[in-house]
Amino acid sequence: MRVIVAILGVALFGAAKLPVEHAISETHRQLHFCAVDLNLDLREQTGQLGFIAALSGFRSLVADALFLQAHVAWERTEWARVLLLFRRITTLQPRALLFWDMAAWHMAWNASTAALNDRAQPRLALRIKAQREYFQLGKDFLERGIRNNPDRPQLYDALARLYRDKYGDHEHAAELYAKAALLPDAPGYEKRFAAYELALCPGRERDAYADLQALYKSSEKERFPTLLRRLKELEIKLEIPPDERIPD
Amino acid sequence: MNEGHHAFSFFRVAAITGATLRGLARLKTFYVLLLFALLLIGNSIFMAQMTFQQEFQVLKDIALGAMSVFSSLLAVLATARLLPQDIDDRTASTILAKPVSRFEYLAGKLLGALLLLAISLAAMSALFFLVLTVREQWVLRETVRQMSAAPPDQLSEALRLVRASALNPNLLAGIAIIYVKACLLASLTLFVSTFATTSIFTMIVMAFVYFIGHLQAVAREFWLQTHSAGWISQTFLGLVALFFPDLQLFTLTDDVVAGNAIPMTVLAQIVTLGLFYTGFYLLLAWSVFFRKEL
Repeated sequence: MRVIVAILGVALFGAAKLPVEHAISETHRQLHFCAVDLNLDLREQTGQLGFIAALSGFRSLVADALFLQAHVAWERTEWARVLLLFRRITTLQPRALLFWDMAAWHMAWNASTAALNDRAQPRLALRIKAQREYFQLGKDFLERGIRNNPDRPQLYDALARLYRDKYGDHEHAAELYAKAALLPDAPGYEKRFAAYELALCPGRERDAYADLQALYKSSEKERFPTLLRRLKELEIKLEIPPDERIPD
Repeated sequence: MNEGHHAFSFFRVAAITGATLRGLARLKTFYVLLLFALLLIGNSIFMAQMTFQQEFQVLKDIALGAMSVFSSLLAVLATARLLPQDIDDRTASTILAKPVSRFEYLAGKLLGALLLLAISLAAMSALFFLVLTVREQWVLRETVRQMSAAPPDQLSEALRLVRASALNPNLLAGIAIIYVKACLLASLTLFVSTFATTSIFTMIVMAFVYFIGHLQAVAREFWLQTHSAGWISQTFLGLVALFFPDLQLFTLTDDVVAGNAIPMTVLAQIVTLGLFYTGFYLLLAWSVFFRKEL
């Protein structure tokens, strides 16, 4: 009898708690907490032990163990392994910006340079192709990172840097720096960097000049050497009248 | 019953809590677990040299992970043996022969276990914060040394970044959630031990409950949203959703370490739910223990 009462009690409590748990889960989902899908993909990527650990609420520990392995693989320049490990790590910890940033840095900066200087590949065209593929892998990591963390400026900044330094695509870089600048906790330089990049986009000189002027007028602290140089270049390019130009 | 005797007395509960805590504190298991946890947290200071952000992330992961594992283990191991041991050595009969109600007895036992968990978590947290502060100060000094020629605003931005990566109030929220989860597990273990015949059985049941509890959310969402599955699957999922707590809700340490802020409302929701669970399982344990023959 006691057991039946206990079972009934648990069932009734269970029915009452379901909507509460569901509501809290929804809040967590909206805040991107526990944003990992426990599915077969994750099982294949993490292995049996890793999957069990992830199920038990120890995703971060598994991710750290894999991160240390990735660190060793990087020191040994085993790029395929670095890629594989970072895919697992970012699947387990999609809200840790550091992992997305590191993954992209390894691919777009380290592995791409290694591919371009690969002595085992005599054909330059193939080395450049491999380098481009690593740029793309870095870009993919950052784009997926942004999809998982749309409210944090760091990955927008990293992707802007990648467009600027690896693709020479200043328009995309400016757009991403500007997006980062609008997010909470964005560093003060994002707005400035967006204007710098815009100044290098053909046909966007007027917009860039307006942004740089606004920054120049906003505070003396914003008058960094690069900002002054860019303004001077644009004044000449746009043929700004001498009386409207900034002092030398 | 005496005229001055109250049906419920905090003093009686406190006396049982104190005795339980003293009994648990004498356990070798407690010291072994605590020592392992402290060693793990302390050792994280000697980890591989990485950039400060990587280092702090790994350090926090290891420390909070260790706290979570050891507090959950301790909650189950310490609570599982409370009732069987008292029944075996007749301590339960001696206590209940006095004017102590069974609810007071169970509440005292549970509070003793929860106090032990609080003390061990406080010890682990103190060491964790010490390690983190030592590393933070070291990194701050290094940053100042390396950036001595940099403009002041760049230096202050770098120092701000170091400080933001190390200690932050979110860590306290993470530790609070770990404690609430341990309370829930202790209370559930006490309930299981009221009808279990041995403490080993209780521990095995709790190991299953732990894993299923972390999957409960998947079962619940599937049960509530999918109607195409067969009735056997639906029944099974419904039972899991109804009978097991959603432990995934109490696993926010990954997000805390990742630097995501936990809003106060979310923290309050989780703590309230955890305390509600703890209270409910205590009542359930009492309903089974109420007429149990000792």
